[in-house]
Amino acid sequence: MLKITLERIRQGHHTAPYPAQPPVLPALFRGRPYIDNARCPADCQSCVQSCPVGAISRGDNGLEIDLGRCLFCGDCARACPTEALDFSRDHQLAARTRDALIATETPPQALAALDAKMKRLFGRSLKLRQVSAGGCNACEADLNVLSTLSFDMARFGIQFVASPRHADGIVVTGPVSQNMRSALIDTWNAVPTPRLLIAAGACAIAGGPFAGSEQVLNGVGDLLPVDLYIPGCPPHPYTTLDGLLRLLGRIESRPR
Amino acid sequence: MTDHAPTNAPTHALILRNGQSAPVNDLPRIPFAHWRAQIDQSLSDGDRMSACFGAQVDGHIDLFAVIGRPQHNDFLLVRTQASNEFPSLAATHPQLHLFEREIAEQFGLVPIDHPWPKPVRFHASFTGKDAFGREAQTPPRVGHMPFYEVEGAEIHEVAVGPVHAGVIEPGHFRFQCHGETVLFLEISLGYQHRGLERLLLGGPHPASTHQIEALAGDTTIGHTATWCRVLEGLSDQPAPKRAAQIRAIALELERLANHTGDIGALAGDIGFLPTSSFMGRIRGDYLNLQAVLCGNRFGRALTHPFGVRFHDDDRRLAEVLKRLKALERDTLGAMDVFFDSPSAHARLEGTGPVTPLRAAQLGLVGMAARASGIDMDARRDFPAPDTAHWHPDIAVLTDAVGDVHDRARIRRLEIEASIQWLKTHLDAVVEGDTAVPAAPLAPERICVATTEGWRGEIVHAAITDDNGRLARYKIVDPSFHNWSGLALAMRGQQISDFPLCNKSFNLSYCGFDL
Repeated sequence: MLKITLERIRQGHHTAPYPAQPPVLPALFRGRPYIDNARCPADCQSCVQSCPVGAISRGDNGLEIDLGRCLFCGDCARACPTEALDFSRDHQLAARTRDALIATETPPQALAALDAKMKRLFGRSLKLRQVSAGGCNACEADLNVLSTLSFDMARFGIQFVASPRHADGIVVTGPVSQNMRSALIDTWNAVPTPRLLIAAGACAIAGGPFAGSEQVLNGVGDLLPVDLYIPGCPPHPYTTLDGLLRLLGRIESRPR
Repeated sequence: MTDHAPTNAPTHALILRNGQSAPVNDLPRIPFAHWRAQIDQSLSDGDRMSACFGAQVDGHIDLFAVIGRPQHNDFLLVRTQASNEFPSLAATHPQLHLFEREIAEQFGLVPIDHPWPKPVRFHASFTGKDAFGREAQTPPRVGHMPFYEVEGAEIHEVAVGPVHAGVIEPGHFRFQCHGETVLFLEISLGYQHRGLERLLLGGPHPASTHQIEALAGDTTIGHTATWCRVLEGLSDQPAPKRAAQIRAIALELERLANHTGDIGALAGDIGFLPTSSFMGRIRGDYLNLQAVLCGNRFGRALTHPFGVRFHDDDRRLAEVLKRLKALERDTLGAMDVFFDSPSAHARLEGTGPVTPLRAAQLGLVGMAARASGIDMDARRDFPAPDTAHWHPDIAVLTDAVGDVHDRARIRRLEIEASIQWLKTHLDAVVEGDTAVPAAPLAPERICVATTEGWRGEIVHAAITDDNGRLARYKIVDPSFHNWSGLALAMRGQQISDFPLCNKSFNLSYCGFDL
């Protein structure tokens, strides 16, 4: 017992002071892409062609990157000959609508929190049921890590629960395999209303690298209404936490 | 050992080392009886079936067997042509039982006298023929099959899943119980099936490497490094030695992250909260070490065919080394209090045993096999020339009984070995390029590659068509073998021991479901 106590003291306190202080992210972390259309050569398609999942297009408004499809692999930035496109370390990527996931040169609008009624219901206590529907266990693992002492999501009143009947919403991961379609709908129907649906990761938003397989549905959006999209492959835990806290109106400013 | 020419190369078979390729026509079609006799002899001699799969070649269905020969550090391949049915070998060699079911599901071939002829992943067959007598036109319903049942007045059945109580992948478990005691557990998967092997056909496509990265998300490095070795073997364009060594380093970081997480999860399951809390955080610290190398906590985008990405890696490797040294004390301290605790020992010892004989019969791999006293490890047994002897010491338990305690103990030994090895090798990576230019795959070749992922032996095998595109890509995740081990570990145990047994294996659903 003494040994355990001494080890406890030695291991120390590690919960990150988030959101009071910005998160510490690795130097190579790829967050919100940075686009400079002025540097983009007129006839160049390098980034568009380099994207393994077709997330980049080039129209009248310049370059557009669909963060719902993006795997954040960085191939486009490596392909760009003029540094017109690169990834910043901004982890704030979540959005309320599918359209708001399209990144352009213009900085994005801040994520709109839930309306007053929903905020009153869920603002200080949000219980979520997680459903993996073809998820590879990376999204699942970095959702799980939010419950560890490093992130300690429970201090915001947000927790994963074991039963959909005890939940205020579900977090879907994976492209929604045909074989999970029915179990996912059953789980959703077991959640009492009002309820939230959160799509976490490129697969749940748009099928990720598996988009187009006849064994998957290309994400949950065509099946059920989505309240919050969290991009990434997988989303960084801070991206998820930021999205959840903004949804609940617990973070409002948009520090750069 | 790796550079020796095969001295006992038979004419009816092909011998390949890890990552080596050969013309697929060098592997002759032999009569089924000869094919079967070779498998029978090899497995009786103690070799293992690393992969056994069907492939559509020239309008026919050929069966390929890839037999791992650790004593020779190579794979022996044999090939035959199948008709609508074939006599099953599963009753004699239980390690074949899932391979035969998979062949039946994918190609509609019926394994005659298979003791357990059921679907594996519940998808329509590749050929339009169904081996299970279902309507070939309608998609099969997942989990729709006759489950094993025990009958009796006091017998009850417990069905769990596909959606479980935790943040975890889906699968269905059926327990036949007498009171608390589990007489039989049947595990039915397939819920995660994304059609991966079919998506790779005609490839490699732009998204292929990313699909492999997400094959089993906790084994990104293990599977992607294997995929890269296959493509590099098929194009005869090896990645630079520096890239191979950086992949080997990332593989050990992946092992550390998962093993620490698992020990924390086992501690959490038995209510030993200090180690549970410490390890939950320490696991994230190891994931962050992978992110130092490539920006992603799961090693995504680090490994790609013909090299590794991101320059200036000397500085990054030095940072990993510095942070690893700081992490070592926390990791060892968190394990010490757990393994020194009599109450933890008491709860883990004797729970969920898999005897060495059963483990060998089922063909278990990796740390689960080593915890049952089987001395096998692809890092040592199937070395590739560029990383031969470039791995941590292989941990072996000489007093193994194959229980949960042993599966925890082997992780502790592997954590210690990986940390020690990384401390002496992170600053010993050879100088040079980290990538070579991409090369096309050579037509009509076959290649086999293996990697000892954190769970165990990962095997990929590929065949190219006459245009150098992938005509078949077979993936064997360690979970493919080891789910059967979990089912066996539960026999005679209390049903309340299931979470503990399950975490002691911590198998991949999507790695199995593909």
